[in-house]
Amino acid sequence: MKLDSVFRVVFSSFARNKVRSFLTTLGIIIGVAAVITMFSIGQGSKERVAADIASLGTNTIIVMPGALNQSGIRQVAGTASRLTEDDVAAIKSQCGAVQYVSPEVRTAVQVKYGSYNWRTQMNGVYPDFINIRNWPLESGRGFTDAEVRSAAKVCLIGQTLATNVFPDQIDPVGKIIKVQNVPFTVIGTLSSKGQTAMGPDQDDCILVPFSTVQKRIIRSSFVGVIIASAASSEVTEEARQEIYKVLDLRHGNSSESVSQYTIGTQTDLSNTAEKTSKTLGMLLVSIAFVSLIVGGIGIMNIMLVSVTERTREIGIRMAVGARERDIMLQFLVEATTLSVAGGIIGILAGAGASILVSNIQGWPVKISMLSIALGFGFSAAIGIFFGWYPAQKAAALNPIEALRYE
Amino acid sequence: MGDTFVHALRSVDLDIKKGEFVAIMGASGSGKSTLLNILGCLDKPSSGIYTFEGVDVQAFDPEHLAVHRNRKIGFVFQSFNLLPRTTALENVELPLIYNPDISRRVAREKASKALAALGLKDRSSHFPTQLSGGQQQRAAIARAIINDPVLLLADEPTGNLDTQTSIEIMAVFQQLNQRGMTIVLVTHETDIAEYAGRTIRFRDGKITSDTIVHCPRLAHEMLIQTAIPVNE
Repeated sequence: MKLDSVFRVVFSSFARNKVRSFLTTLGIIIGVAAVITMFSIGQGSKERVAADIASLGTNTIIVMPGALNQSGIRQVAGTASRLTEDDVAAIKSQCGAVQYVSPEVRTAVQVKYGSYNWRTQMNGVYPDFINIRNWPLESGRGFTDAEVRSAAKVCLIGQTLATNVFPDQIDPVGKIIKVQNVPFTVIGTLSSKGQTAMGPDQDDCILVPFSTVQKRIIRSSFVGVIIASAASSEVTEEARQEIYKVLDLRHGNSSESVSQYTIGTQTDLSNTAEKTSKTLGMLLVSIAFVSLIVGGIGIMNIMLVSVTERTREIGIRMAVGARERDIMLQFLVEATTLSVAGGIIGILAGAGASILVSNIQGWPVKISMLSIALGFGFSAAIGIFFGWYPAQKAAALNPIEALRYE
Repeated sequence: MGDTFVHALRSVDLDIKKGEFVAIMGASGSGKSTLLNILGCLDKPSSGIYTFEGVDVQAFDPEHLAVHRNRKIGFVFQSFNLLPRTTALENVELPLIYNPDISRRVAREKASKALAALGLKDRSSHFPTQLSGGQQQRAAIARAIINDPVLLLADEPTGNLDTQTSIEIMAVFQQLNQRGMTIVLVTHETDIAEYAGRTIRFRDGKITSDTIVHCPRLAHEMLIQTAIPVNE
């Protein structure tokens, strides 16, 4: 039997059972559409997270003081060792792979301008901080080393803060705001960075010289964390090792098993995020595959009904000279055509759903060729797999009994 | 409930020559249908030999048997066995789609011709349900002979038809037989068997009589006779 004849027979059988054929395919349509949509959303969110992490600054290294175990109780970070500004200076002068380095101390403050006020986070940093965080200015200028040395009352404000204390489209640059009742001159505004993947609004902040926070706001020499950037992403690991060496030398190698410092890099962060989104993606995709298999069972069910219904037809075909493999082929092609048709409709539906989701939710959605190939391949494989048994059953019929079947 | 072996046929020795028109008669359960299934290569005898044109058909594998059925044998059934919701033309074409040597275009032409030869030219696009019993059986005959088989097997072909239509069908068989086709027809109606050139009677799986009819009834003459009152 030639393939074109097979297809003619198969399509005339669909034409006779339009609704049934459609309902049979529905399982596959939903399954493939789900695979495509899940893949698209997964891919999109993965890229979004990657972009978010990149927005934290490329090649960033964060040094956090370690915590001590006291009588078996883990203490807060910083109990094992205090980082100082001298550590920062040592890293700057001794670590070749480190490009920029800055201490960072954070505290929550109340900001006032005229009748407006806003609670935000103050970061005491060095001028290089905005280079480490890869954070360009929107307007004005950054502060200088001299201003850090003199603990000048100048500040850079984030977009969220700017819109909340300067709501009337006033240019904040040059204005004097009150932070915890200390007057600060706004010398520049930061460009918008948006939310991080973890939630906090990065634009809700005020950057001031490190020494200013120490002397005028919190009145202590405490360095919260040291933030640095490697010269390039290739030397991030090298920079990390160099920082370990410098800090161990300065603070004495701890005899305890717990390290005195934790040095995290951007790579660690993005690895974690990638793992999370991969796990989530796998979960979604496996749900989609389950629905594909359910769809396949639906096809098998209908094919079995169809074989029983057409027992006499099979007998007639065998009597006029159809070979077992002709019958097998006919039913296998029927099952596969059903599932592939479902696959194609599912791909279109899935692509449509992905675009819809991206429009409604504002998520970046990428329809990957891989998911389309997978959806198509899987629907064909399911047709063959679940069509095999009914086709086998049809081909194994005894022609005499089949002809007598009522 | 164990398996009980029933000998549908026992020590049957039968030789059918090319070009014969044989009627096989017997009550139901006499084994005539089993004989027809064996002749049609749908069934195999549990013991014994069946040779077709001098070839031992029992040695064929199922695939070879299917090809054999396709090229050498035509079947006509009591219940016509046309595919439902499939046009007369497509039904007649059916054996040809299992013959890879015949192109689709040729198949369509041959099927049209076969239908026309049986007087169903204007019925080719009708579904079986839109055809009368006689027309359905003629379409079934067209399907059976489309591959120019050596042997035409008919299992009670007139069983579901009225007398007039039955005679029409027998006329078709006689015409095919005159052109050299070997026909084996199973029936339990004596008047139908009278159109064949040889009558074999079966009882309990055995041949009880085998007679050559020297002067079989001619169906087309019967049609003329019965047609006269209609014209009056």
